[in-house]
Amino acid sequence: MKEGFKSNSRLERILKAGHFAVTGECGPPRGADPEAIRKKGELLKGCVDAVNVTDCQTAVVRMSSLSSCLILKEMGFDPILQMVTRDRNRIAIQSDILGAAALGINNILCLTGDHQKAGDHPQAKNVFDIDSIQMVAAVKAMRDEGKFMNGEELTVRPRLFIGAAENPFADPFEIRHLRLAKKVKAGADFIQTQCIFNVKRFKEWMKRVVDMGLHEKVFILAGITPLKSVGMARYMKNMVPGMDVPDEVIERLKGVPKEKQGEEGVRIAIETIQELKEVEGVHGVHIMAIEWEEKVREIVEGAGLFPRPEI
Amino acid sequence: MRLECPPNVKVIRVPCSGRVESFHLLKAFESGVDGVFVAGCLEGECHFLIGNLQAKRRVNYVKGVLKAIGINPERLQMYNLSAAMGSRFAEICWEMTEKVKRLGPNPVKTGRGKEV
Amino acid sequence: MVVGEQKPLEEILEMIEPYDRLILAGCKGCVAVCAAGGEREVRFLASAIKTARKAQGREIEIREVTLERQCDPEYVEQIRPFVGQYQAILSLACGVGVQFMAEHYRQIPALPGLNTTFVGGAERQGVWVERCQCCGQCVLHLTGGICPITRCSKSLLNGPCGGSSNGRCEIDPEVPCGWQLILDRLKELGQLERYLEIIPPKDWSLSRDGGPRKVQREDLMR
Repeated sequence: MKEGFKSNSRLERILKAGHFAVTGECGPPRGADPEAIRKKGELLKGCVDAVNVTDCQTAVVRMSSLSSCLILKEMGFDPILQMVTRDRNRIAIQSDILGAAALGINNILCLTGDHQKAGDHPQAKNVFDIDSIQMVAAVKAMRDEGKFMNGEELTVRPRLFIGAAENPFADPFEIRHLRLAKKVKAGADFIQTQCIFNVKRFKEWMKRVVDMGLHEKVFILAGITPLKSVGMARYMKNMVPGMDVPDEVIERLKGVPKEKQGEEGVRIAIETIQELKEVEGVHGVHIMAIEWEEKVREIVEGAGLFPRPEI
Repeated sequence: MRLECPPNVKVIRVPCSGRVESFHLLKAFESGVDGVFVAGCLEGECHFLIGNLQAKRRVNYVKGVLKAIGINPERLQMYNLSAAMGSRFAEICWEMTEKVKRLGPNPVKTGRGKEV
Repeated sequence: MVVGEQKPLEEILEMIEPYDRLILAGCKGCVAVCAAGGEREVRFLASAIKTARKAQGREIEIREVTLERQCDPEYVEQIRPFVGQYQAILSLACGVGVQFMAEHYRQIPALPGLNTTFVGGAERQGVWVERCQCCGQCVLHLTGGICPITRCSKSLLNGPCGGSSNGRCEIDPEVPCGWQLILDRLKELGQLERYLEIIPPKDWSLSRDGGPRKVQREDLMR
C-alpha cells in the first residue's frame, strides 16, 4: 500500500490523482452461474475504474455480493463490495468485512438496504441491527483503529476504501446534505448517489454540500442510469420510492419512436454526465446500467471518459 | 292503511337501528331464528345522524361471522326505509320470508352442518 | 396498551374442535379497551361458537368468564374452583394471559383466541396503531418523542433512508416516514441541530434479543 493511501483500491488512487472517476455496477444473477457475472464483467472491461456489486438489491435473493466480487476480481477488476445491514447483524457484518479484506477486496459500500417488504421474500425477518451510518463508522474503526464495534482489538486491519450512498432526491430535501455530513463524519471516503435525472435538484443539493465544505472531505460520484424506454422512466418515477424522474425526461423519450428510445436514453445519460462534470464537488460518475451493461462503453466514450487512466 | 304481513315475522322495536348490536343479531341466529333483517331509516335521514350507517356496518360484520360459522349470510339483511313506507315494509317482510323459505331452516335447529 | 386482534373464527373453531366443555376467558385489561377480548367479545364469541356447534349438531358448553386481568396470578386463580370441569381454556387475553393460564392450570390446554399484535394506542375510535417495540432502552428524548425503532420500518437510528418520499415510507405509501415525523418534530422543538449527531449503535441486549426479560423491584417483593 502506498504512503498516504488508506487501501489498495484502484478507485482511491484514481480519485486521489485527481481523475474524474467512473464506476459501474454489476447485479449478480438469480442462480449459481459464474458466467453471468463474467459476461457482465466483459462488457464493463476497460470502461470503469471500479465496479460495484449489489447485495440482493431490492431485497431480491441473488448470488452473494462477495462471491461475485471475487469472480470480478479474478478478471482484473477492482470490485466495490456492497453490503446491506438489512440481512446481517454486527457479528456477520464485521466477519464479512474481515473476510472480504482477506480475499483482497479493497472497497466497500455501506448500505441499509431496501426493506424486504417489496422484495421476493416479504415473509423474511429483517435485521437492521445497525444502520448504514453506524456501519461506516464500524468499518472505519476496524481499519483505522484496529477495533471491533465492541472496542476490542482485532489482529490484521481490513484495508478498505469506505463508501456510502446518498439520495439527494429523497425527502425531506432540507436534511439530505446534513445526512451526507453525518456519513462523512462517520468516516466515508467516497459517496455514490442515487441515479440523477433531475439535474437541477441535484445541483441544489450539491451547492449545499459544497457550502458545508463536504466535497473537500469526501469524493462524490454522481449516479447515472440510462433509461431504456418511456416505460422504464415511468416505472422509476412512479414505483421506485425516492426516485425523481422529471416529466421533461419522459416527454423527451416520448418524442422519439419506441425503437429509438434506448438511444435517446443513452444520449440523455451522456449529456447528464457532461453537465455533471462541470459541477463543483463532483469527482466522478457511478453508472448503473441496470441489465444493460452493453451500453456502458458507449456512454463512457460518449462522455469523453474513455479510455480510463492507467494507474 | 292495513297491510298484510306474513305471520312468521316478529318485529322488535328499537329507538334507532344504531341501537342494534352485533351481538343481538348473532344471538337471534343462535336461538334458531331463520332470518333477520334490520330496517333502518333512509341513508342521510338518521335522526341520530349515523345510527343507520353503524347498523349497516354491524350487519356486514355479522354477515362475515355467519359465513365463518357456516350459516348463509343471506339470512341477514339490512334495509333502509322511512316510517312512511308501510307498504315497502310489508313487501320486505314477504321478500325475506320467501328468501328464508328457499334457504330452509336455520341449521342451528337441524344440526345438519355448514350451509355455506 | 397491548393491542390484539381476534383470530379468524374458522381458526378458533378448528382449535377447539376436540372439546365440548370450554372456559372462554376474557380480560378486562388492554384487550377489553381495544375491543378484542373483553366481556363483550367473550359474550359474542361464545354465541358464535355455540351457534356454529349447534349447526353441526354437536353442542358445546361454554363457561364465560372475564377476569380483571390475566397477567396477574391473583386474578388468574379465580377460575380454579371450576376449572376441573372443563377440557380447555380459550383465552381472549394477550399472549401473556394465555401463558399465565397455561402456567397455572397444567392439566388442560390454554388456547389463544387472539393474535397479540403490538403495543400501541387508539388513533381514533376503531383504529389502533403501533407505538412501542419494548426495546428496553428508550431513545424518545433524542428523537423528539417519536420512536425510530417503531415508526421507521428499518428501525434506523440515523434515518431517513433514501426511500422516504413526500413524508411516506418506501414500504407503503399509507405508512408515514418515521424520520420525517422525527425531523418535523425536532424542528418544532427548535432542536434540528440534534440531527447532526450520530446516534451510536443500539444495545439490543436490553431488548428481546438479550433473551426473555425480567423486571425486579426489591422494594416491592415479598
